Amino acid sequence: MKKLLTAAAAVLLIAGVAGCTTKPKDDGGPGGPGGPIAGPGPGADDGIDRDTTAPIPGSEQDFIINVGDRVYFDFDEYAIRGDARPILDAQAAWLNRYRSVRVRIEGNADERGTREYNFALGGRRAAAVRDYLVSRGVDPSRIETISYGKERPIDPGSNEEAWARNRNAHTAITAGAR
Amino acid sequence: MRLIALFAAMTSLVLSSVAVPTVAQTPATPPAADAPIEGEVTEGVIRPYPIAIAPFSGPHGADIAKVVAADLERSGYFQVIDPNAFIQRNLDVSVTPAFDAWRQINAQGLVIGADVLDADGRLRSNFRLWDIYGQQQLLGIQFTATPENWRRIAHKIADAIYEKLTGEKGYFDTRIVFVAESGPKTKRVKRLGLMDQDGANPQYLTDGSCQVMTPRFSSTSQEVTYMCLGDNYARIYLLNLDTRRQERLGEFNGVVFAPRFSPDGTKVVFSVERAGNVDLMMMNLRTRSTSRLTSDPSIDTSGSFSPDGRLIVFNSDRGGSPQLYVMNADGSGVRRISQGGGRYHTPVWSPRGDWIAFTKQAGGRFSIGVMRPDGSGERLLTSSYFEEGPSWAPNGRYIMFHREAPGVNPRLWYVDLSGRVERQAPYSGSASDPAWSPLLD
Repeated sequence: MKKLLTAAAAVLLIAGVAGCTTKPKDDGGPGGPGGPIAGPGPGADDGIDRDTTAPIPGSEQDFIINVGDRVYFDFDEYAIRGDARPILDAQAAWLNRYRSVRVRIEGNADERGTREYNFALGGRRAAAVRDYLVSRGVDPSRIETISYGKERPIDPGSNEEAWARNRNAHTAITAGAR
Repeated sequence: MRLIALFAAMTSLVLSSVAVPTVAQTPATPPAADAPIEGEVTEGVIRPYPIAIAPFSGPHGADIAKVVAADLERSGYFQVIDPNAFIQRNLDVSVTPAFDAWRQINAQGLVIGADVLDADGRLRSNFRLWDIYGQQQLLGIQFTATPENWRRIAHKIADAIYEKLTGEKGYFDTRIVFVAESGPKTKRVKRLGLMDQDGANPQYLTDGSCQVMTPRFSSTSQEVTYMCLGDNYARIYLLNLDTRRQERLGEFNGVVFAPRFSPDGTKVVFSVERAGNVDLMMMNLRTRSTSRLTSDPSIDTSGSFSPDGRLIVFNSDRGGSPQLYVMNADGSGVRRISQGGGRYHTPVWSPRGDWIAFTKQAGGRFSIGVMRPDGSGERLLTSSYFEEGPSWAPNGRYIMFHREAPGVNPRLWYVDLSGRVERQAPYSGSASDPAWSPLLD
């Protein structure tokens, strides 16, 4: 993840000011990460030279950087938060554009709970994201879900910020991306 | 106050000659018929029973005495006297001890023993337990086994002594299955581990390619069930410890987890998640047919059978927060039993049927506690920043669990039912999800 973001920063530097569409660092606190910065979409022809390290439209990097592959949840909750909706809307739009892509939604929970219950909670979060994407037109046969419970945190810290980051659902591309 | 009064149920023990496949036991002389020895409890503080354990003579004699001593000391109810303090030494097992010499070093009990190798190559270990103050022999038993099973002999001796002096069945001749953890939190490797209850003979039974969670022992066979989590699957498995043959249990849409054996070993209760809903299911291990036990839209998980197999306690948030519920083994008659404030998880029915252990989360802390099967009598035994996953010793008087803290990897701990004995378990590695076997053989 960090390597992709460093590449994105490098692209921004090389390409100049307003050319590139980038996403801020995936640092979801309770407020949640913002959506992509407004700018021309991938592939737009606006006369600005782009470095060839820009993500290929329809690629996994494109999805991660320009759409956002992770949404966050409140403690013991699996409802889709308000700040998650734009990201999931963008995921659905992207998946509806690149119809060969298949994904796996991975539900995660923080460590402040017991193993089996948090495993169940991760499953609920993954299902909630899948249901949302399906409601936005994505064919359910393209979506698998799994829970990782509290077993695969993205932040090893033991504080509120780390726990907030670890309460998430991750949309992983499993096939069909460029 | 009697040592044995610390335990809820007191049963007098009758030692009998029992032929067992691995370790054979015969009384060398009839045991004395007196009541168990009295220890002392003052103001809730245990005064452990001082016991002297002399190194046995013969092959593995010193080793066996050390293992017996370590078992008894670890129970928290015995104070093992340093052999360097002994006045009378090299006592023959068949000789009456000089009681004054043992009273002088404040021993209330004395264990002496002798090992020999029989003509058929088997190790025969003969021990006596003496009551120093009553000046009488309490136990005289001999065990035989193949020499490489000397640890089993030691644990059976410790069990016999423990039973005689506390009135409770022993728990030392047992094994623990657990999850051995390694690597950073963000990429944790979790393998299935197996060891003797005293930490000896640790082995690792899976290769770490998937993350093992919540293993459980069968109480009727040398089998373990557990869940393993991979990148795109969560499945439950059955592992035979003798053959090391592992098989997947069932094929389901959705993740499967939290498997537990029924007391008769013929069924497994487990959890299945589909479309975000988690329910309890039952599988018949002979026919491999499955049935649904719950169909509530809530999370229903962590099922545990009563020892008579008629009831199942489980964890559900159907009432709005995670609590404990009991139902009949066919899924009917669901009723809530947890009553306190806070969140309740991981219920485990004692093999004696008298308590249900659980993990409670309240006020930012986690506790291991017990309650009666009707939910009354709730007591918290331990409390810390984070602990979970109680498992009962087969005598229903000790609970093993795991504990961790910021910057401190998970470790196995145990606590006794009174809550007065609370110690790290004798496995020094990073570990979680312990499950206690029944008494071996």
